[in-house]
Amino acid sequence: MATAHVAVDRAGKFRKVCCILERYDYRPSGLIPILQAVQHEYQYLPEEVLTFVATSLDLPPARVFGVATFYAHFALEQKGKHVIRICDGTACHVKQSLPILSAIHEMLGTSEKQRTTVDALFTVETVACLGACGLAPVLVIDEQVYGSMTPERATALVDDIKMQENTGDSQAAGATVNGEAHVN
Amino acid sequence: MSINDGLIQLNEPSKPHDGQTAMRRVILCAGTGCMANGAMKVFERFRKEIDRVGLNVVLELRPEAGDRDVRLSKSGCQGFCQMGPLVTVIPDGILYTKVRAEDVTEIVEHTLVTGDVVDRLLYKDPATRRHCRGLEDNPFYARQDRRVLRDCGFLDPEDIHEFILHGGYSAAKKAYLEMSPEEICKQISESGLRGRGGGGFPTGRKWEAARMQKPGKKYVICNGDEGDPGAFMNRSVMEGNPHSVIEGLMIAARAIGADQTLVYVRAEYPLAVERMKRAVIDAEREGILGSNVFGTGLSLKCDVMEGAGAFVCGEETAMIASIEGRRGMPTPKPPFPAQSGLWGKPTIINNVETLAHVSRIINEGPQAFRSIGTPESPGTKTFALTGHVANTGLVEVPFGTKLRDIVLEISGGVTDDAGKPMKNGFKAVQIGGPSGGCLTEDHLDLPLSYDSLRAVGAMVGSGGLVVLNQRTCMVSIARFFMEFTQRESCGKCVLCREGTKQLLALLDDVIEGRADAGTLDLLEKLGRAVQVGSLCGLGKTAPNPVLSTLRYFRKEYEEHIFEKRCRTGRCKALLKPEINEERCKGCGLCIKSCPTGAITGDKKKPHHIDPDLCIKCGACATACKLQAVEGV
Repeated sequence: MATAHVAVDRAGKFRKVCCILERYDYRPSGLIPILQAVQHEYQYLPEEVLTFVATSLDLPPARVFGVATFYAHFALEQKGKHVIRICDGTACHVKQSLPILSAIHEMLGTSEKQRTTVDALFTVETVACLGACGLAPVLVIDEQVYGSMTPERATALVDDIKMQENTGDSQAAGATVNGEAHVN
Repeated sequence: MSINDGLIQLNEPSKPHDGQTAMRRVILCAGTGCMANGAMKVFERFRKEIDRVGLNVVLELRPEAGDRDVRLSKSGCQGFCQMGPLVTVIPDGILYTKVRAEDVTEIVEHTLVTGDVVDRLLYKDPATRRHCRGLEDNPFYARQDRRVLRDCGFLDPEDIHEFILHGGYSAAKKAYLEMSPEEICKQISESGLRGRGGGGFPTGRKWEAARMQKPGKKYVICNGDEGDPGAFMNRSVMEGNPHSVIEGLMIAARAIGADQTLVYVRAEYPLAVERMKRAVIDAEREGILGSNVFGTGLSLKCDVMEGAGAFVCGEETAMIASIEGRRGMPTPKPPFPAQSGLWGKPTIINNVETLAHVSRIINEGPQAFRSIGTPESPGTKTFALTGHVANTGLVEVPFGTKLRDIVLEISGGVTDDAGKPMKNGFKAVQIGGPSGGCLTEDHLDLPLSYDSLRAVGAMVGSGGLVVLNQRTCMVSIARFFMEFTQRESCGKCVLCREGTKQLLALLDDVIEGRADAGTLDLLEKLGRAVQVGSLCGLGKTAPNPVLSTLRYFRKEYEEHIFEKRCRTGRCKALLKPEINEERCKGCGLCIKSCPTGAITGDKKKPHHIDPDLCIKCGACATACKLQAVEGV
């Protein structure tokens, strides 16, 4: 039964991909918009989906992986619930964006290599330029742009989200604990 | 509205709509900068407050207006990003800066009801301490010549009718109905328009080359992949006046005989993607794009494609590869895209800003375009002015303007890291992004043009101007750009892929105190090799920041290498924290603050830092109340 469940799950997963592929007429030239749409759906590009896309478009998987790894926009790993992007374009850089990055890394226990927190709540990234140079240094949390940042203001923002998550999800968190207790 | 309605509107000569009616307009800047500072809240408050005082809020264009009507609209970026959110009131010609939702009541009651000016919300010129009422007396705007940007800060980017009423699409219509492709190419060639994306290639020549190819499928691509970190002029034009880009594309398509156009927008610009897409749909609905352009029977399609985050895709051939669904790697030229581009068909690729100039050339003629700028670089150029200056934002000036006028005058002066004015603070200006160079005070009287900048080792590039103050380490700046190009190198050419990596490693040696007498020579030699041995613009220009800083700031490199010292104190590895024995009273605060236990000393006796244990974090300097810790 468990296997059947997984199979149904997988069919469901690929059904969405099929819709996307159909939207682009299974054209290999549409590979980049297709991957963008897939990423929009799953927040990242799962390996099995990439293989599925390659087979469906009649492309070598290496070509699809090549494209997926070439462009900075594509993520091969799942991101956290909140994505914090620190702009390190020239304008932000000369206005000291790196101390902000270090402060956030330190606060969340993330690093250049380990970008997502253990609880999968936050992903911390740098971005080359957001084009909001007039507000440098700039921080973007889930598409909301914050300008003229300092390490203190940035960590306060992240703190706010953490607090909201804690109060908002306390019920859900409680449920998980109960659930685990139940299993035990 | 049908195709014909669109045509009827287009047949009417453009009228200054607002001048003819008495309707007052309140225009809110909805550029990225102002939006991030809460422009939408201000907009909503305006809507409520205008209603509350008994005036009518008009949100869409109306041919006639009652005397109690106030048109409330959003515009694209007005350029003065530092002072946002911006609110313009016309015909009064007032520009309010840093407007908060709380200020709206006052503006509505004083300006809209009684016609007075709210002084405290006007921009105050720091030099004269005078309030500036509008654009004319504002030093940021007064020295500019805003042509491409003017409509960005005035028109509602989501309203095609407003664009049409202000003469929009009349040039495209002229190109389709009254001009032959040869004539269009001739006019663009005569205007001397050069590509605004960086290289400065004559646009007319590019178009002519594509036109000469035998008829058949041809493409026009708009390059909106503005990857230069520190530049945002293309973003502002796509967000603020998307129809001007489409009109430019249409004229280009007519000139070379293409029936398919495409706008390639950088992925980090979601609002630009949205506005461009909407503009295309609106233009199709009006019969401007589609299967019967202006009733000529010619068809023209426009697609909007989102990039996927690769700086190299700004290079023409790499962009074509990306559109075809491959890795964005450049290919050798020739064949030039104008001969064999997208899917092997003749293709021209023009920058957003280049296309935004085209309609004016067709409408006013090449001579009018040539009347400003320099003979070799005619017209105006937008620059993204950022860094350590009081007024960051978008600036448009004629070519030939002195660097000094922008960097020291329009900018409102150089500031320190906290944003306070800094006297004699100017150190350098980085122009042209990762492909450009750093220029010094000696270059400030240089008239800006493609050729003058190239002669001194920089380039116009896409037009990023980053002003750097005295507290900036030039070696670190060179490293910053090298890290960027090294990361963005597509890896095809060995010298670009490996060379940039080695250049970065050499710069790290300088910054971390490992460099020796041979390092600078090696940097120069390798830099020149990378320039020669790379296929595309990315590699050819990647060493520019290093070479230009080596040329103009060599002394700073030498201090790092021979004296193991960074004059700005920004290179941590070169710091040598020491405790001044005369100042130290032996209070022990530094011992407590030191995370590695590097500080020792008896109570009430001068303390000492062990250089082997010290990690140069600066905690002791922060903790010390007597400023006894030096060299951090």
